[in-house]
Amino acid sequence: MDFSLTAEQQSIRDSITKLCAKYDADYWLRRDDEGGFPDDFVADLAAGGWLGIAMPPEYGGSGLGVTEAALMMQAIAQSGAGFSGASAVHINLFGPNPIVVHGTEEQKRRLLPPLIQGKDRTCFGVTEPNAGLNTAAIETRAERDNKGWVAHGRKLWTSTAQSANKILLLARTTPRDKCRKSTDGLSLFYTDLDRRYVEVREIHKMGRKAVDSNAVFIDGLPIPDEDLLGEEGRGFYYLLDGLNPERVLVAAEAVGLGRAALQRATAYAKERVVFGRPIGQNQAIQHPLAQSWAELEAANLMVFKAAALYDSGQPCGAEANAAKYLAAEAGYHACERAVLTHGGMGYAKEFHVERYFREILVARIAPVSREMILNYLGERVLGLPKSY
Amino acid sequence: MKIMVPIKRVVDYNVKIRVKADGTGVDLNNVKMSMNPFDEIAVEEAIRLKEAGSATEIVAVSIGPQQAQETIRTALAMGADRGILIKTDTDAEPLTVAKLLKALCAEEKPGLVILGKQAIDNDCNQTGQMLAALLQWPQGTFASKLALSSGKLAVTREVDGGLQTVELNLPAIVTTDLRLNEPRYASLPNIMKAKKKPIDEKTPEALGIDTAPRLKTLKVVEPPKRQSGVKVKTVGELVDKLRNEVGII
Ligand SMILES: Cc1cc2nc3c(=O)[nH]c(=O)nc-3n(C[C@H](O)[C@H](O)[C@H](O)COP(=O)(O)OP(=O)(O)OC[C@H]3O[C@@H](n4cnc5c(N)ncnc54)[C@H](O)[C@@H]3O)c2cc1C
Repeated sequence: MDFSLTAEQQSIRDSITKLCAKYDADYWLRRDDEGGFPDDFVADLAAGGWLGIAMPPEYGGSGLGVTEAALMMQAIAQSGAGFSGASAVHINLFGPNPIVVHGTEEQKRRLLPPLIQGKDRTCFGVTEPNAGLNTAAIETRAERDNKGWVAHGRKLWTSTAQSANKILLLARTTPRDKCRKSTDGLSLFYTDLDRRYVEVREIHKMGRKAVDSNAVFIDGLPIPDEDLLGEEGRGFYYLLDGLNPERVLVAAEAVGLGRAALQRATAYAKERVVFGRPIGQNQAIQHPLAQSWAELEAANLMVFKAAALYDSGQPCGAEANAAKYLAAEAGYHACERAVLTHGGMGYAKEFHVERYFREILVARIAPVSREMILNYLGERVLGLPKSY
Repeated sequence: MKIMVPIKRVVDYNVKIRVKADGTGVDLNNVKMSMNPFDEIAVEEAIRLKEAGSATEIVAVSIGPQQAQETIRTALAMGADRGILIKTDTDAEPLTVAKLLKALCAEEKPGLVILGKQAIDNDCNQTGQMLAALLQWPQGTFASKLALSSGKLAVTREVDGGLQTVELNLPAIVTTDLRLNEPRYASLPNIMKAKKKPIDEKTPEALGIDTAPRLKTLKVVEPPKRQSGVKVKTVGELVDKLRNEVGII
């Protein structure tokens, strides 16, 4: 077991950290107050070739693994950009994985380079109001017509759909009652988000105002045949391939934001003097911060264990799920303690930790809830009966 | 023209260093190491000269332990073409470094050597000047601007009274000051390319230089904690304190 980073991994972290230094706490505070996608930040990442970190070199990517992508995303979150920064690019890193794995040569050549160059921006249309975590129950359908497909339905929470020009869309192509299993008969499309047929309405939400999440209404969206990924009816299984890397990335981001919160809390605890001593001298302040350090670093080990398993082609479902769970909880505790350590100032926007606190909640809910992770671990790892 | 850029691996500027308990030096265990920031500026300047068509090749040189190779990779990822590691586990003093670089200049024949004005670990600010003296090349230290035209290098220097511009014949030595440029961070494709760029390894012995230290460190101590100051209400009170309590006016 070797827990140290390679020189290359170290440079990845250093370079991202330097790039992020341009976008300081006040930048993200402004984005959070006013809203507005961090276009300049994303353009900088695209110009540095970062969006292609995990894409194949033949199409302009760098062909690195989840480990490197996780280091990159963690460094972004840890810089103080939090989920405002991370979510702005997150989906572009592993979302297109089904294209890489199941796309034809023609699709890869057509679709991947503009994504890597930041010319195309995609969103991820899976979650639906009437299905929730039961993805197989989605109602959006795509039907064949003489030119290809036509899609109808509703998606919910679709992040970055305000500015995305592409959508990775999961839709039912064979009615449920004609399928052997509920997970059959779903297909995955990567196609233009043509606003003549799609209405995108922003959801007002608790945090991460800079990166929109939306209700998406799809009404007769035409999808050409060449935008179907892989085989018709296999979409659900294709999505499964990409779930583990995504969980690892979210987990890495949660640890990053937790570390940012812990750093601010520690600095404040050293500086703030009450009753003639720095507040950090009181164990009631000091111990929760020390505990957070331990929780974050332990979660981080699980994150990079899951990443290493994935990168070496081994099963990593249990580890990726556990990493997402542990990291979100550790990050949440760190952010909550950071607010409490700041006392009243923790509630003031200019101290930034209240934003972290609002943002970290995303990691506990999405892309999969704590409860569903525990369901998975209980059933798949411990062999207990399925509870639902 | 070939540009040589000597770079040093030092404790990262963000690290809060600690003196070893036995007072023999600074504790380097588990401490993040990076390229000396002034050397990053030197690498950046060399890349800009190459991008402007004034240079054809950039050679990054580091003198230090095996891990200094990582620092060279950082320079290669920024845009240097190849690296040379002169491997030594003794902490080379400025004069030793200058001698090693002189020996390397005889082999490489660079038209310009750009160094940081000092390394942030020991703040010596000597190597560039010593190298210029050993080679008998002109030097432009504390540079805040370089301009190359028709074989002459104009170096704007940051001096106490303001800015001074000197004109140097090539080959020459330049040391960088903080305001010369803002170094770029490596792009991901360049980090990937850097893996394939060559790094030669040499030893001080092969270059015929003795690296044994000439200086002995007696003791390293932390600077004393700063005492808190006092606030005065009026200029009169300030003058009175300076005259009667501190005794400096
Ligand atoms: C900020 C944000 C951004 C998002 N971005 C995207 C995006 O870009 N694309 C996209 O497709 N989705 C996105 N999502 C959606 C996200 O993936 C879902 O919200 C998440 O998967 C939970 O689904 P749900 O909201 O439908 O919850 P529900 O399925 O309605 O669940 C509600 C609660 O019930 C619990 N629950 C349900 N079933 C069980 C059970 N069997 N056992 C125990 N507990 C159960 C859940 O754990 C949860 O606590 C985003 C969400 C957020 C908050």
